[in-house]
Amino acid sequence: MGDLEAEKHVKYILSVEKKDDFESLVLEHLRMNGAYWGLTTLDLLHKLDAVDPDEVVSWMMECYHQDCGGFGGNIGHDPHLLYTLSAVQILALFDRLDVLDIEKVSDYVAGLLNEDGSFSGDIWGETDTRFSYCAICCLSILHRLDKIDVEKAVSYIVSCKNLDGGFGSIPGGESHAGQIFCCVGALAITGSLHHVDKDLLGWWLCERQCKDGGLNGRPEKLADVCYSWWVLSSLIMIDRVHWIDKDKLTRFILNCQDRENGGISDRPDNAVDVFHTYFGVAGLSLMEYPGLKSIDPAYALPVDVVNRIFFGK
Amino acid sequence: MHGRPRKATKPEDTAASAAKAAKLRDLQAQLLHQHNHRIYTSEALSASSKLLDMNPEIYTAWNYRKLALQHNLNEVTDPEIVKSAIKDELRVVEMALRRNPKSYGAWYHRKWVLSRGLAPVDFEREFQLLDQLLKADARNFHGWSYRRFVAKLKNVSEEEELKFTMDMINTNFSNYSAWHNRSVLLSWLLKQKAQGFDSKEDILTEEYELVRQALFTDPSDQSGWFYHLWLLDQTASPDELFLISSWPVPGSDLVLSMNDKADGYMLFPTSNFSLCYFFDKRTFPIILYFNQAVKGVSSSTVTTNSVFVANENLIWRPLLTTSSREAHCWVTYLNVPDVNPSNLKAYSVEISLGHSEGIVSSNGSCYKYPVQFEFTIKLNNNNLEQFNVESRQELFGWNYDDVCHPPEIPDINSFDQLKISEDHVAEGSKDKQWHLETLSNEINLFKELSEENCKFVNLTLARLLVAHDAMVSHGASLMQKRIHSEEVLKLYEEVIKLDPSHKRYYEDERSLVLMSQVTSDKEFLMKHTWHFSKLTSSSFHNHACLQLSGLSLSRIGFVEHLLWVQMLDLSHNNLRTIAGLEALQLLVCLNLSYNQISSFTALEPLKLLDSLRVLDVSFNEIGAHPIDTTRFLCMSPLSHTLDVKLKIDQFQKGDIKVGDHWEAILLFKDLRLTQLDVRGNAVANERFGILLTEVLPTLNWLNGERAR
Repeated sequence: MGDLEAEKHVKYILSVEKKDDFESLVLEHLRMNGAYWGLTTLDLLHKLDAVDPDEVVSWMMECYHQDCGGFGGNIGHDPHLLYTLSAVQILALFDRLDVLDIEKVSDYVAGLLNEDGSFSGDIWGETDTRFSYCAICCLSILHRLDKIDVEKAVSYIVSCKNLDGGFGSIPGGESHAGQIFCCVGALAITGSLHHVDKDLLGWWLCERQCKDGGLNGRPEKLADVCYSWWVLSSLIMIDRVHWIDKDKLTRFILNCQDRENGGISDRPDNAVDVFHTYFGVAGLSLMEYPGLKSIDPAYALPVDVVNRIFFGK
Repeated sequence: MHGRPRKATKPEDTAASAAKAAKLRDLQAQLLHQHNHRIYTSEALSASSKLLDMNPEIYTAWNYRKLALQHNLNEVTDPEIVKSAIKDELRVVEMALRRNPKSYGAWYHRKWVLSRGLAPVDFEREFQLLDQLLKADARNFHGWSYRRFVAKLKNVSEEEELKFTMDMINTNFSNYSAWHNRSVLLSWLLKQKAQGFDSKEDILTEEYELVRQALFTDPSDQSGWFYHLWLLDQTASPDELFLISSWPVPGSDLVLSMNDKADGYMLFPTSNFSLCYFFDKRTFPIILYFNQAVKGVSSSTVTTNSVFVANENLIWRPLLTTSSREAHCWVTYLNVPDVNPSNLKAYSVEISLGHSEGIVSSNGSCYKYPVQFEFTIKLNNNNLEQFNVESRQELFGWNYDDVCHPPEIPDINSFDQLKISEDHVAEGSKDKQWHLETLSNEINLFKELSEENCKFVNLTLARLLVAHDAMVSHGASLMQKRIHSEEVLKLYEEVIKLDPSHKRYYEDERSLVLMSQVTSDKEFLMKHTWHFSKLTSSSFHNHACLQLSGLSLSRIGFVEHLLWVQMLDLSHNNLRTIAGLEALQLLVCLNLSYNQISSFTALEPLKLLDSLRVLDVSFNEIGAHPIDTTRFLCMSPLSHTLDVKLKIDQFQKGDIKVGDHWEAILLFKDLRLTQLDVRGNAVANERFGILLTEVLPTLNWLNGERAR
């Protein structure tokens, strides 16, 4: 099966910075996410020091909107919860949360809570449980969860619970592993996992494992490395990860590597990208693959970073 | 980012890509400039639509178009202009959806535009677009979500939408999205008791027939199986709420005796002198176990009549490791005040519930039928010579060399014999009939299915049999209820062979079946309950020990029949979790050695066991796993269920980092163990031992040696 090409992946991530081909340009608006994926992967591979924190932080602050307290995906782009969470996560990685006006940022996030307990991604009002996760995770890292009515937010998430035990993006939305991660993660962070039927959801999630060992996102779909995170972290949070075959999944992820140029793709022999590189490495970390830092399944940050946030240095 | 083949870039490709990139770069720069400077001319708008055609994911561009629309329609009254502007927006969305039918930005923009209500919605066009997209990809959840939105906007009835799901399913059985939508609509219609949907039984029967066609056509497609599981759940879930177990057992006569040194109390049944319970104080628990998780158990809904305590002073709490307010198991502690010791009268304690409607389950069932039971307590101040303080501090060993069986154990059938009203029985059986018949029907159909190599067939059959067993009449003895256990265990063995990837799921299910089997088998329980006869001078004398070791158990369940257990030996199993153990309020000694416990957080249920004094977790895997799978299932600051700072810093001493051991500290500081064994775990070393003695001031024995 071969090993994890750690060095090649580090090189790949550092090189992505400089690309300006079409494929990279179309992702420019979510560079904040890309930075989080790349940097977290580097940290999991014990190579975060390959990057200059000051450079990253200074670029990040150019994406910060002084007037409202949110972060955009890149310089000049509008603020949004998705990028605000990534920004806070990156600062947590570098232990530089002190550069933030925490009150302002947490007010921005808390302000996006709606009457029904849902969160909008930005002022335009799109609601999705992804944003519930972003808000709750972000506020938790900033120790400002008390700025929102947690019970209301939790009961909205519970209203998105489906009859198969999974969760959708809005009430009535079909269960999807990505949404499930967001809902289970938000419930974990708010001490509300008792709302999850762990046996029912655990079985639905473990049935995501396909014959090739990879995981899909919902029934009758193809396996994809990114589900190695969404499904796996959800299973871990509800203590049902032993219901899948970890060896087979490990082999699937390792087969999705580009062993020549570094990086991991969604499926074997497909084009690699930072997104799948992060999820592949994070998935391996969750399965205790040797040589990797442990990652926290709810906060999606290395365990030592999370422990530092909640237990001090 | 998905589904692109990996290939080395050829020079022609690089040139073409560079040209495309240049164009995109220009359009993006232009958009950001326009956005920043609030330029909303038609040229600017046109540039933005070109950009969105190339890259529909640029959310700022969609925001820009919303601002442009608002700006350009501000103070415009001519409906034709408004209509034309809306049309433009919808056209841009359609173009973007052609590029990427899963673009969040595109879908939301359409939703946002229509929600403005600026112009009448062309529903025909909306449904046409949806039909096209869902035809191209019937699983596009954006499309389904948008369809629900449009249907609501148009006020389409649920019945009509139900028909649509039927069409989709008829086109292709393998449409999980359609089945999902169907289950959502049906649940809503049944809940509303809408016309034509007032008989849950009739509807479910039809759905069973429908899903059967899908399952029999292609048993390897998952969609139908998940829908079938939902139907099974609807059929097997108990509608009724009732009490299934308690401690003390109804009808028991207990004696509460105080020792001469006044540092402990023993409670034992008069009929069985050799079975007794020891309490530090004059309080002992009253435990109630329901067939569903309930809330609302309090002194107003459960009346405890006794001479000892006024009912309203009793506080009932749920036995949970979470902050939920719904639990299967509830407890209150009865405090017996000082009464004249020469008074040998037997005092009766009467528990009644069901007289008021406060106890409710999560699906809304109310505890309706009044139930009453009692037990008596006699106070005795005779010194029991065998007992003395020092013996409490003896090292306890799980030594089966010198044991005997107690003459009897609490009657686990007692609840079934509780007198319940005739009405209760009659109504209960009427409801039950359809459920049992349907389950039996399904069981027969599945047994006939010749697809022995299909794991879903075997798994579903096992689930049906388990559900059937659980449903069998309330009045029948427990043994009658578990007739299918052996068959189910065999089915799980089969499925493990067919589907080894999910082996550990089936092993967990198997463990539950085994637990239900052994806990309802009086003969088995008698054979596995022991007294450690050698301990005549110890306070553990006459405690009943249930030995469930070596059964390959990976999880525990059906603890409602084990509420009387004081010593539990679960050693040499495959336990990675002890969820469920929190109900065993009388537990004094617990043996979890030689299992697969991989973190202290997995032992969270122990925090609820006030009587626990002896714990053996030796030879597990604590400290060997960097990933903690119960990290969010315990009270900790990570889940905002505990405020930590002060609580662990106090243990900071020497060179041990308390932050590295927060799991152990948060667990043990709330326990009052006198004996602990953690040998054979990666975490156990000398420094950790020192930390443990700090955190557990009551500890006398650590790892088989004196702690201090």
